[in-house]
Amino acid sequence: MSEIAANAAPPLPTSGERLKFYGMWVAAAIVLVLLPKIFSSGGSLTTFSLIGISIIFSLSYNILLGQTGLLSFGHAVYYGLGGFLAIHAINIFSAGKWPIPLPVIPLIGGLAGLAFAALLGWVSTKRSGTAFAMISLGVGELIASSALILRTFFGGEAGVSTNRTKLLKLFGWSFGPQIQIYYLVAAWTLIAMIAMYALTRTPLGRMCNAARDNPERVQFVGYNPHVVRYLAFCFAGLFAGIAGALAAINFEIANSAYLGAEQSGTVLFATYIGGIGFFIGPIVGAIFVTMLSLGLSDLTQVWQLYFGLIFIAVVMFAPGGITGLLMMHRPLVKAGTLMRVLPSYLIALVPTVAMIAGFILSVETIVHYTVNPSDDPHIRAFGVSFDAASPIIWATAGVLLIGGFLVARMTWTRIGQAWDDATGTARDKGIAA
Amino acid sequence: MLELIVISTLNGVLFGMLLFLMASGLTVIFSMLGVLNFAHASFYMLGAFFGFQISLWFGFWPALLIAPLLAGAIGAGVERFGLRHVHRNGHVAELLFTFGLAFVIEEVVQIIWGRSPVDYRVPAVLDFPAFTIFSTNYPAYKMFMLLMSIAIFIGLLLVLKKTRVGLIVQAALTHPHMVGHLGHNVGRIFMLVFGVGTALAAVAGVIAGPALVTQSNMAGLLGPILFVVVVVGGLGSLPGAFVASLLIGLVQTFAVSMNGSLSGAFGPLSSAYGSTWLADIWDVTIAQIAPIIPYMLLVLVLIFRPMGLLGKRDT
Repeated sequence: MSEIAANAAPPLPTSGERLKFYGMWVAAAIVLVLLPKIFSSGGSLTTFSLIGISIIFSLSYNILLGQTGLLSFGHAVYYGLGGFLAIHAINIFSAGKWPIPLPVIPLIGGLAGLAFAALLGWVSTKRSGTAFAMISLGVGELIASSALILRTFFGGEAGVSTNRTKLLKLFGWSFGPQIQIYYLVAAWTLIAMIAMYALTRTPLGRMCNAARDNPERVQFVGYNPHVVRYLAFCFAGLFAGIAGALAAINFEIANSAYLGAEQSGTVLFATYIGGIGFFIGPIVGAIFVTMLSLGLSDLTQVWQLYFGLIFIAVVMFAPGGITGLLMMHRPLVKAGTLMRVLPSYLIALVPTVAMIAGFILSVETIVHYTVNPSDDPHIRAFGVSFDAASPIIWATAGVLLIGGFLVARMTWTRIGQAWDDATGTARDKGIAA
Repeated sequence: MLELIVISTLNGVLFGMLLFLMASGLTVIFSMLGVLNFAHASFYMLGAFFGFQISLWFGFWPALLIAPLLAGAIGAGVERFGLRHVHRNGHVAELLFTFGLAFVIEEVVQIIWGRSPVDYRVPAVLDFPAFTIFSTNYPAYKMFMLLMSIAIFIGLLLVLKKTRVGLIVQAALTHPHMVGHLGHNVGRIFMLVFGVGTALAAVAGVIAGPALVTQSNMAGLLGPILFVVVVVGGLGSLPGAFVASLLIGLVQTFAVSMNGSLSGAFGPLSSAYGSTWLADIWDVTIAQIAPIIPYMLLVLVLIFRPMGLLGKRDT
């Protein structure tokens, strides 16, 4: 028996691998410390704080979706409740002059998220799959609607606000300036990232994967998949609560939008676009989606439409998300056949970009005629000005869209051939693709 | 009191039948394709907006015919060119695809028709009180809605029970794989079922649009309740969906018309608790909590009967 266990256990990491592993976390910490030194404007600090919060929230969501296979449409409930509890805690502590500093507050939010996940999770995780998705949606709606009824606690439409600087000061940090909030968020992001990564390495994390892939076998080896799902749900609630508390500290307000379907949808978008198959996926997704939602809203009126279309495109063509796409190329890099696919990528890029440009041009023109037809037709989108009333623009849009599609389709076939060729060679060299 | 009961029952059955028009399509699609169409309520919304636009151009009656056909065609197209490709990536990807679709449809509707409600009116032929009970005029349009949804219900029942197509659909409800093995063109059946299901949702939209508010958030408001209906009824069970539709329709309609609260029944809370959150629960009326009653029902059903009222299949 012990022989089997010794054989089945993975080999202990070599010192080089260990160095690489710990080096990665140290590098992440250094990047987090140095970021504000390079980009020191107030706007970028706010953006970094939002990204940090989004990273924690997305990673907590991936404990459910990626690791346990639970698609939740109501994860924002635990984020929002963590936020509300944090706001109330700050208000109570500052009114009573309790000796508790601000950096501890996210822990209170996390415990609130954990408590509510423990309360609601048992019912929610009774079923997995589609039923779980619908239940999480129902529970999410229940809490979000209740928030508007329980006005004393949730503050109705306006929400509850606070003043984060009134708490006990440690080392003269008042947490008024954004830079201090940035460091608070960065520290918690690092702690939460390490904790959640460690969670994937525990036996529980492995059982979560098993409950995702084959719940029947989990039962055979003596575990109850319901309990495994429930524990994963509680951990997800804990980290979502931390993220919510940080958001509440950042904005100094919590309102019912924190709990709502839109927030749940955003975290789902971020996690899935980043890629649910890898630990780093939600981090990439959180950065990408936060930047995109901040950037796109300046560029075009209908940014949410593009956002939805990007999501659909990822679901249809890249179910592994951005990280999944990149990781697909790892065997090719190892086999040295990456150069065989890159040229066909570059060739395909031209007509594909033309097609997308034509599509955007058509959408913006249509939007001009439906949303504000009486305005000046010289509109500006994505930093480009054009005359939406001119037939030349319409013709250009049509040619780019249809011509681009027809040419692009041929180049996509080429990519497929190059891909098969490159992976085939990699497989011959004995590298699993 | 009697007046309240009669009117609320009528309205509740009406709302329940409307819910069933949508839930039936959703259930059949779920049973056959294994995918819960998150965008189902969006097709209901598309039906309402198409109905509004076409009734502006050609009048209400052509709209009642064309709008569902149009929405059904879009639905079939979504299945053929979207869902079918996503299918190989698994059920989560399919559900996410329809989720993204719901998001995009809402954005498109907002772009074309704006965020504020459109002026979708009851057709003049039906704009009169049908009858008067206890001094309340019951509008003829509501009677039309009721008859219409009952007619479709009976039609659906006949098709399901008496025709060959219905036989295949019924078989697919319980043994979807066997139907494929028996050599039916599964792809085409899927497309057809998706098209018909979304068209039924669109019919509900066309007839409900003038009575309720036709606005770009109507899918977001109704969607969650629709999913509550199919989960409470039991995923994949058509009779369950029918029972749950009527149940939720009646419960919600009755709740809206009731003004009772805990403080009304037991007297106000002592002033010591007057401004705490307990007062919120104590003073809230049943009418105010009407929107959350379906979700409370969902949680209760899940605790005591996780499969749903009439559900059998575990998913």
